[in-house]
Amino acid sequence: MFKLLKNLNKKEFGIISVMSLLIIGQVWLELKMPDYMSEITTLVSTEGSAMSDVLVQGGYMLLCALGSLVLMAIVGFLSSFTSASLSKKIRKRIFDKVEEFGMEEMNKFSVSSLITRTTNDITQVQMFISMGMQLLIKSPIMAVWAILKILNKGIEWSVATGVAVLVLLVIISILMITVLPKFKKVQKMIDDVNNVTRENLKGIRIVRAFNAEEYQENKFENKNTSLTKLQMFNQRMMSILSPVMYLVMYFLTLSIYLIGAKLIDGAQLMDKIDIFSNMVVFSSYAMQVIMSFIMLAMIFIMYPRASVSAKRINEVIDTEPNIKNGTVKTTLKDKVGEVEFKNVSFKYPDGQNVVLKDISFKAKKGSITAIIGSTGSGKSSLINLIPRFYDATSGEVLVDGINVKDYDLEILHNKIGYVPQKAVMFSDSVYNNVDYGENGKPKKSEVTVKKAIEIAQAKDFVEAMPNGYDDDVSQGGTNISGGQKQRIAIARAIARDPEIYIFDDSFSALDYKTDYKLRKELKKNFKDTTMIIVAQRIGTVIDADQIIVLEDGKCAGIGTHKELLKNCDVYREIAYSQLSKEELENAR
Amino acid sequence: MQDSKHVERQHGPTFEKPKDLKKALKNLAKFSKKYMPILIIGVLCAIFSSIFSIIAPDHLSDLVNTITNGIMTGIDFDEVNKIAKLLIIIYLLSATFNLVEGLLSATVANRLSQSFRSSISVKINKLPLKYFDSHSYGDILSRVTNDVDLIGQSINQSLGNFIAAVALLIGSVVMMFHTNFTMAITAIISSLVGFSFTAVILSKSQKYFIMRQKELGKMNGHIEEIYSNYNVVKAYNGYKSANEKFDELNYNLFLCNMKSQFLSGLMQPLMNFIGNFSYVAVCVVGAMLTMNGTIEFGVIVAFIVYVRLFTSPLTQIAQSLTSLQSAAASAERVFEFLDEEEMKDETDKVKKLSVNDVKGNIEFNHVKFGYEPEKTIIKDFSIKVKPGEKIAIVGPTGAGKTTIVNLLMKFYEVTDGDIKIDGTSINDLTRENVHDLFTMVLQDTWLFEGTVRENIVYNKSNISDEEVSSALKTVGLKHFISTLPDGLNTVLSDSESISAGQRQLLTIARGMIKNAPFLILDEATSNVDTRTEELVQKVMDKLTEGKTSFIIAHRLSTIKNADKILVMNGGNIIEVGNHEELMAKGGFYAELYNSQFEM
Repeated sequence: MFKLLKNLNKKEFGIISVMSLLIIGQVWLELKMPDYMSEITTLVSTEGSAMSDVLVQGGYMLLCALGSLVLMAIVGFLSSFTSASLSKKIRKRIFDKVEEFGMEEMNKFSVSSLITRTTNDITQVQMFISMGMQLLIKSPIMAVWAILKILNKGIEWSVATGVAVLVLLVIISILMITVLPKFKKVQKMIDDVNNVTRENLKGIRIVRAFNAEEYQENKFENKNTSLTKLQMFNQRMMSILSPVMYLVMYFLTLSIYLIGAKLIDGAQLMDKIDIFSNMVVFSSYAMQVIMSFIMLAMIFIMYPRASVSAKRINEVIDTEPNIKNGTVKTTLKDKVGEVEFKNVSFKYPDGQNVVLKDISFKAKKGSITAIIGSTGSGKSSLINLIPRFYDATSGEVLVDGINVKDYDLEILHNKIGYVPQKAVMFSDSVYNNVDYGENGKPKKSEVTVKKAIEIAQAKDFVEAMPNGYDDDVSQGGTNISGGQKQRIAIARAIARDPEIYIFDDSFSALDYKTDYKLRKELKKNFKDTTMIIVAQRIGTVIDADQIIVLEDGKCAGIGTHKELLKNCDVYREIAYSQLSKEELENAR
Repeated sequence: MQDSKHVERQHGPTFEKPKDLKKALKNLAKFSKKYMPILIIGVLCAIFSSIFSIIAPDHLSDLVNTITNGIMTGIDFDEVNKIAKLLIIIYLLSATFNLVEGLLSATVANRLSQSFRSSISVKINKLPLKYFDSHSYGDILSRVTNDVDLIGQSINQSLGNFIAAVALLIGSVVMMFHTNFTMAITAIISSLVGFSFTAVILSKSQKYFIMRQKELGKMNGHIEEIYSNYNVVKAYNGYKSANEKFDELNYNLFLCNMKSQFLSGLMQPLMNFIGNFSYVAVCVVGAMLTMNGTIEFGVIVAFIVYVRLFTSPLTQIAQSLTSLQSAAASAERVFEFLDEEEMKDETDKVKKLSVNDVKGNIEFNHVKFGYEPEKTIIKDFSIKVKPGEKIAIVGPTGAGKTTIVNLLMKFYEVTDGDIKIDGTSINDLTRENVHDLFTMVLQDTWLFEGTVRENIVYNKSNISDEEVSSALKTVGLKHFISTLPDGLNTVLSDSESISAGQRQLLTIARGMIKNAPFLILDEATSNVDTRTEELVQKVMDKLTEGKTSFIIAHRLSTIKNADKILVMNGGNIIEVGNHEELMAKGGFYAELYNSQFEM
């Protein structure tokens, strides 16, 4: 939590000091009021005092009250400003940090957790800071000052107040010790309930096909019962707090009066009136003392939740992405469009297994390189190294003859048109989804964007949409099919006009016909663009200049379709599993 | 838009207003019938507690009067002690009632939440699949957690508070007038003047709170998009536009945050001021009256307390009302879900096909169907399938392949025509019976958080470890599972490094354990690489021996050896035959098939 406060700048610390001063002033005014109250009390209870005196004292008191209101309003404004701008700053820091993250960090945190950290957790911290800041400055000042004011007014009363405070503190600590750890568990249990429900929803067909409705409901009921039990316990415990607080306050008032009665009874005639007005004053100061302790206790009750959030935020901010930006911004002219792997090995940062082992190949400008292999053979991992989503564990990945680690990432990414396995859509129009991002060149013209959509075989269905190119694609993309999404994603890469295309199994959502047409168009239009294609279908790779066959992260063969059919067992197996021998031979 | 809306609901309560407050409350009352007696006792306790805290100041003023009266002449300690004892009893009773009320509302609130959650969970499984086509999971989940939570919280905190506050308000007004008319008028007028300000501020801050929730929802939507698509954002250098939008949203959020917080923060100081203002007013008027000799000093002391008792419930009522209002909105959302039309009741269906006696005939007879009435997807589908046949369904996306399966499984009901199993219309069978007859494996690899064994056995009982192992062996996962830290007892969670293919194989193993007479594979092998697929295919062939099976596949290699291939396009079968026949025909299928070799 304190670490986050370091995000405050000088100006904001200035504001906080001003706030502290204002709060001191406000406390002074607030504590001044009982003085006037006691004056008024004395006046009222003394025979023959003038009405005008009462009015004067009442006027002073109202002035104090008004002053205190104004000061509090200013303090409130300052504290909302500070906490809101602090949370804005922290949110920005997290967002910037996440943008720096590579796949490794993304997977470590998970997207949904990062989202909660950027929103909910910050809201928690902000709420704590805006409330806590005021309470934390105010209540000690208030408590100390109020205690000072009444300390010399009667030791007996002071003792009574002390006992009351002690009782309160003991009760609050007992509650906190029993309930707080359970509070932390509640979130986990809510997650559980959520999980079981999500599970049922996502698998609804399977649940029904297996007639497993009751099984799911029982599972849900288990989690539901645990959550209910825990929450019931917590809430019951917390419902003790308020009656006890009031009881302590009432009993304190009563004891002050009873003690007062005794004191008055035993005092000299002259002191009696004095003691009486002291008693009235004391009872109101004593309330202030108790209230400030209750406020302090509230901070401690709020703190744990906010501190969990603060910790989660710091985890993100403190994570240093493994991928560091390079400095090279230029290109070797004679090697434009070339991708080369030199003895590249790779394993995931936390993983045990080697995912890629000693891979070497060279993709020349304008050539098509296809990568094929069974699930989990390392195909996606291999191409993830080119845009530097991960770094190779050993060996070198060169783009345009320069190690990707040396590039300024923006320059590197400008060279690449990457299409992931799962088509990504932004909630925006079709046009803007294609005209996405920057490629270091002037803004794309409408002609470029529309041409890209046409090449990606998306023109027909886009133009058939109600608003054509301006039609919105929803975030999950539920209004268009998987294959259509994939074509828009491919159009996005085409519009980028890159040196190198990377297609991570991007064609498998397309039917054979579209797949074929699309590849034909790509080949026709981009003779000079290097293509690296991950694929599962033999049909997709059959015409590549070189096919890299991966098996358990190792290169089982490189060559053309015909060569591999002759000399690569793994390739042959894959091919035969899809097509018969005759078909394969007839294919060319 | 729809997306940002439900994201917004997931985070923090929105200040939604119920569309029909009366109906929501009525429903709520009906639903909580079981807890009504406890609730009523709770409410009574709240009222009693308020009554005692109202009469206490009266006695406190008696006490002060006794002291003042005796200042010069000597205090009547018998009287003081008597009043003190009475006060202690009153305070204790008030606290006890307060406590009991708190405990009871906590109980009711939680039990009610629990039964709400249960009802929703049960309801999920009673709704037709159609419902889920048009409603997002996030929305339903938000009802299970956020909405139910909000209802529970409001009942726990606000209901008791509200009633106690109302009782306190009425009580303190009565007591004030009972004690002294002039003073009562003074106190009430002076507080009400202040309250008009508060009301204005409250409504203003409400507006900003709503705005804040909206901005938060937008922010959430943007972040979600950028975070989950980060690989594309990165590879396309999309930072600039992402940052611009973020900064804009962040600034708007900052403004709303600041304003809403500032205004709501004003409440407390303003209340204090009103309290002080009324105090002075009461004192001044009180002083005048005391000097006239109309009242005793104790009355002033009592009024000082009454003023506080009067002002605090007003804020509480305002706050509780807001909270109860949003609870009513939540209740409306929950009831809306609970009142959704359920699947047809099937208790009247008496026919039953036994899993062991089914021969395996299936007949589609002029089936027509559309997910929406005006949009017919399956136009006129007829086919007869003989026992043990392997039927493959192919066709472009949107041709209606999965729809056929949905109808066969009775997930949806046909609009027209009939589907018969061994001559019995599935309309005459219960859904449960139909489901028992089919093993279904989908492309969507559904595994839940639980052990490998639990995922494979699922809801079947009496399955031995040997059977699980042999199923795993068949799908070629036995070795892999044995390398996992806890073997069959390894808990599968999202973070576990199990590939898509392995997940698929696990779901196939689950299907094997079920071992039903019919088999449906809906793109079941598309996550598996072709070589593994071949292996699974062999397993499946063995499994389907003598069983009627339906296979939907993208990869045409999968279905080459099917007995019948149905080629679908636009909701109709356009070609039927085996691979050789269809290739010889040179139609749609042949074209589809050949396109995989062209380049």
